[in-house]
Amino acid sequence: MAEYASDALVSVRNMEVTFGTKRKPFVAVHKVSFDIYKGETFGLVGESGSGKTTIGRAIIRINPLSDGEVYFNGERISGKISKELDRDVTKNIQMIFQDPMASLNERAKVDYIVSEGLMNVRKDLSKEEREKKVEAALLDVGLLPEFASRFPHEFSGGQRQRIGIARSLIMEPKFIIADEPISALDVSIRAQVLNLMSKLQKEHGLTYLFIAHDLSVMRFICDRIAVIHKGVIVELAETEMLFAHPLHPYTRALLSAIPLPDPKSERHKKLLVYDPSCHDYSVDKPVWTEIEPGHFIMGNQKELDGYRARLAKN
Amino acid sequence: MEEILKNQNPAVDYSHPILTVQDLVVKFNLRSQVLTALRGINMELYKGESLAIVGESGSGKSVFCKTFMGLLDNNGWIDKGAIHYGGYDLTSFKKEKEWIKIRGKRIAMVFQDPMTSLNPLKTIGKQIQEAFTLHNKVSKEDAKKRTLELLADVGIEDAERRYKQYPHEFSGGMRQRVVIAIAMACVPEILICDEPTTALDVTIQAQILDLLKKLQEKYGLTVIYITHDLGVVANVADRIAVMYAGDIVEIGTCDEVFYDPKHPYTWALLSSLPQLGVKGEDLYSIQGTPPNLFQHIQGDAFSARNPQALKVDFVARPPYFEVTPTHKARTWLLDPRAPKIEPPPQIKNITNISRGGDLD
Ligand SMILES: Nc1ncnc2c1ncn2[C@@H]1O[C@H](COP(=O)(O)OP(=O)(O)OP(=O)(O)O)[C@@H](O)[C@H]1O
Ligand SMILES: Nc1ncnc2c1ncn2[C@@H]1O[C@H](COP(=O)(O)OP(=O)(O)OP(=O)(O)O)[C@@H](O)[C@H]1O
Ligand SMILES: [Mg+2]
Ligand SMILES: [Mg+2]
Repeated sequence: MAEYASDALVSVRNMEVTFGTKRKPFVAVHKVSFDIYKGETFGLVGESGSGKTTIGRAIIRINPLSDGEVYFNGERISGKISKELDRDVTKNIQMIFQDPMASLNERAKVDYIVSEGLMNVRKDLSKEEREKKVEAALLDVGLLPEFASRFPHEFSGGQRQRIGIARSLIMEPKFIIADEPISALDVSIRAQVLNLMSKLQKEHGLTYLFIAHDLSVMRFICDRIAVIHKGVIVELAETEMLFAHPLHPYTRALLSAIPLPDPKSERHKKLLVYDPSCHDYSVDKPVWTEIEPGHFIMGNQKELDGYRARLAKN
Repeated sequence: MEEILKNQNPAVDYSHPILTVQDLVVKFNLRSQVLTALRGINMELYKGESLAIVGESGSGKSVFCKTFMGLLDNNGWIDKGAIHYGGYDLTSFKKEKEWIKIRGKRIAMVFQDPMTSLNPLKTIGKQIQEAFTLHNKVSKEDAKKRTLELLADVGIEDAERRYKQYPHEFSGGMRQRVVIAIAMACVPEILICDEPTTALDVTIQAQILDLLKKLQEKYGLTVIYITHDLGVVANVADRIAVMYAGDIVEIGTCDEVFYDPKHPYTWALLSSLPQLGVKGEDLYSIQGTPPNLFQHIQGDAFSARNPQALKVDFVARPPYFEVTPTHKARTWLLDPRAPKIEPPPQIKNITNISRGGDLD
């Protein structure tokens, strides 16, 4: 891949993230590369512990990279960067965190929580302007403006998650990393938040990295989806292509497990189980290959032949 | 109807409830204002069944289930009503000593928020082990053996290494699996799972649900699932209770609620499923906000957000109308005098959703 794609807002190149100590390193993300284009919603799906949050946190500079780079608007934002660029990144890239309880300051009122980030970059706002923005942000996510004077522990799980979303939206960022933004929300608020995210995307040309495990929601909202397994992206395609021709056995296992809101179909559900030992990579090594236009997959030559044969059948 | 009866879980004895809730009212004090979180709930839970509780965020699902375990926050109290279980009225329990016989041992709970239910300063192994040894006298080795078993049961690989780790070394999903292991430690009679799988990816989710089902079958466990995921509900539930603004507005078997819903809120809920959406268009979404629980709610609590609400919905709270012996809903639409209003047509498409590819 080129150093960065010119129409990409975010380019991740050979990203590696390592935890643990020098003596006992644990590589959570293995040489991952992908581009996120301006205005698109890019989905990242994979099992628990596969490194999704770690990738999001690495883009936003919370987790340092042990190798590789991240580019934003063509500019490298990983590693050592200038103070100015760091401030830019803070304003332009926002993350909606997965764990609404752990991510909210329990001692602060909602009003403060929602406007905290904004105050750091917009010191020019008057008290009234700030309150107006908080009110608008709360309404946007389906909360009552009166909630501004309450504390996080007085809210239900879903309500807390919406406070977290309001806090990101108020910054008017260009790129939002939404880490399981709606998992804790009930179906009806989910619909509101998804509609809201689409609306903001259309109006402000927002770009999203959407991390989730709910493939039904991803199918509805994402333009492209990358499937990650144990820190390695195994398949990436336009959403409908991925659903029409899922090739990698892990992707197929994921799709087979989607819970459908239909009791009859759930009763007859056949789960495919993914066994990583089905790959024999001892000699024939896997390579990242574009198997049909816009559809990438990790596989060795033998597997790729099999995938091509399956595509030909469809 | 035939199909519905056929699909009832034969392992459940529907003649004898294991737990009965009568007219339960729960209130919270918030800076000298009173919030009514539960507004007179009635419910029966049957031995061996899985009951799913669904409903909007803030509708009181968690508060409701917390009353079964004496876990209401300090500013909350049971204002009225009774919860009959095991010969006790749980609402009369005052002291921690009384709750110890029930909590964790006979009724256990998997919480929504894995981070708050785990102690960040203790190893995972220790926390599971403690849940087990609190109610069981066993040797250290046996306790550890059981803990490793439990870790393996909930799908955590490399249990020996994981045993010695702390919560922050686990991903969100793995933490939730630990919480499930803790709840299962004593093999309770009733297991309440509050959003048990929201943090899990679908494959692990399916495995955990399978695991819960197996445990349920083996021990005659009664499970209450609180979840927003109607896919999970369709998979696990024998019956579904739909909550809105502190009340159960509809309850019925899984098939009854999915294929023949009666309450306008249930209609709205099903209509907002992303699976029924058209890409690039807005999903159906319920307008407005839920009622303010600080104020008295007049009539049907959903009326303000229901574009087809009847006049009577704003005036009088509907009673339960029986649809079948297992299905009832609190909506004036079921009153014989009500005009005929059809459910939104798109919810009929529920039976046409596909998983994709050649996987169906
Ligand atoms: N601060 C940390 N120290 C050590 N290991 C970590 C740390 N953060 C994450 N890990 C490990 O890195 C791996 C990836 O974790 P990550 O949180 O990115 O997973 P995830 O894909 O977001 O999972 P989930 O769906 O459960 O949220 C896991 O094995 C996790 O245990
Ligand atoms: N300690 C508390 N003090 C004041 N109000 C509370 C407290 N706990 C809960 N509530 C209120 O009680 C209502 C019911 O909350 P509950 O947590 O049961 O909702 P829920 O249905 O579980 O929602 P979610 O799906 O978001 O978890 C909400 O309006 C909430 O704000
Ligand atoms: Mg994560
Ligand atoms: Mg809850």
